Amino acid sequence: MTGSDDRQIAVTGMGATTPLGGDVKTTWEAALAGTSGVRPLQADWLERYPTLPVEFACRLAEPVTEKLKVPEIKRLDPSGQYALISAREAWAHAGAPEVEPERLAVCMASGIGGLYTTLQTYDTLNEKGARRVLPMSVPMLMPNGPAAAVGLELGARAGVHSPVSACASGSEAIAQGVDLIRRGLADVVLAGGTEGCIHPVTIAAFGAMQALSKRNDEPERASRPYDVDRNGFVMGEGSGAIVLESLAHAKARGATIHAILSGVGVTSDGYHISAPEPEGKGAARAIRAALADADLAPADVIHLNAHATSTPVGDVAEAQAIRLALGEATDDVAISATKSMTGHLLGAAGALEAIFTVLAVRDGIAPPTINLDNQDPKITLDVVGKEPRKLTGTDRVAVNNAFGFGGHNVALAFRNAD
Amino acid sequence: MAHTQDEILAGLAELVAEETGIPAGDVQLDKSFTDDLDIDSLSMMTIVVNAQDKFDVEIPDEAVGGLKTVKDAVDYISNAESAKA
Repeated sequence: MTGSDDRQIAVTGMGATTPLGGDVKTTWEAALAGTSGVRPLQADWLERYPTLPVEFACRLAEPVTEKLKVPEIKRLDPSGQYALISAREAWAHAGAPEVEPERLAVCMASGIGGLYTTLQTYDTLNEKGARRVLPMSVPMLMPNGPAAAVGLELGARAGVHSPVSACASGSEAIAQGVDLIRRGLADVVLAGGTEGCIHPVTIAAFGAMQALSKRNDEPERASRPYDVDRNGFVMGEGSGAIVLESLAHAKARGATIHAILSGVGVTSDGYHISAPEPEGKGAARAIRAALADADLAPADVIHLNAHATSTPVGDVAEAQAIRLALGEATDDVAISATKSMTGHLLGAAGALEAIFTVLAVRDGIAPPTINLDNQDPKITLDVVGKEPRKLTGTDRVAVNNAFGFGGHNVALAFRNAD
Repeated sequence: MAHTQDEILAGLAELVAEETGIPAGDVQLDKSFTDDLDIDSLSMMTIVVNAQDKFDVEIPDEAVGGLKTVKDAVDYISNAESAKA
């Protein structure tokens, strides 16, 4: 079930800054403890925009000033700041691998990009005129800004990429990293996703789509994937990054291998700009493709970290997709919906949840799904409820799903390293 | 209100420090922005934009090339303030 060795990619480092913690360790501990990452929005927004439908979000748990110097903060959009923090942690965690710069690539995605910088620049232009617009505005607002910043930090010369596929972006970046290694274009890739766009504009716009939970009276219970009373997602921010290496490269340098990324599946729905194909066919194809790529069968899968945003339509479509892809084996798969705790990190979601999946197979534990009071009867999955669940067995295979507006579907298949 | 040369130097040094991390104390009148302080063109433009804001003067693009040393910049800002007054 391990697949041919040249298809296997080692995960040798992880980094994150999230609504649950300033690094991977604190984030994972908070997730296993079932912590909600919801925080109130800044008061001045609420005063200035009294018609905003939502007063809470999953803001970063730790301010960026804990990890970055002032000039770094000034020269990076929040999305770039978060990316740099997670990338540095992941790189250090991997033991700062010695690699030829020409064999090192970066794939760091964002779903929305430098929205803060774009809007601040527009305000400056309107209030003070063109002569006050900062020249760094362009590298700060461009969607490849975070990837470029990380690429510069590491001196990567095998390519710096930033795939944009809405809320599947972080996962697509990881899939792209796998591709680069398998095609022999890189030995080591730092891959992940970042997002920093909790702003009145996005709150208003996602709110207008009816995509956000407006449960202002009990915000900590607003993100409730699979619960019958779910009514939309909670916006989150942060970044996740992982270090990918060819298995041979990782073994040769004696790296600690946290998990093996065995298979990737990328598909598209070709159906609707924002709604998932209702039967989950496109998502199911992604899951099946990831398993086929990994030379794994549905019965090998014991855990799945679902995209599960907590929207009424999306969660049902994904549940159907999982059953369509895994068939009877679905009943033996422990499903976790960690957005119940982190909120939806948009372009960073897939990267953070890939980290959760790596940790689940490594440590043999599936994180909880908080706020699951009454599971929607239309969702016939074995959802891990409010307590984490031990994953038994020595061969632990888990799938991570990520989907995005535009009909993007990405599934990644991980297994434990030994 | 016009600033003294010392005030302009101190303000400029603060902007340089914020943008580049170079200690403000290293920003002296005789220092060249490129040769001594190693400030690239993007950082120079950022400092110019922020200086315009801080001192409420205009520094046209064509003038920036002439600002080789910190003294050039301090003098330019000082003259621009005087012209306005």
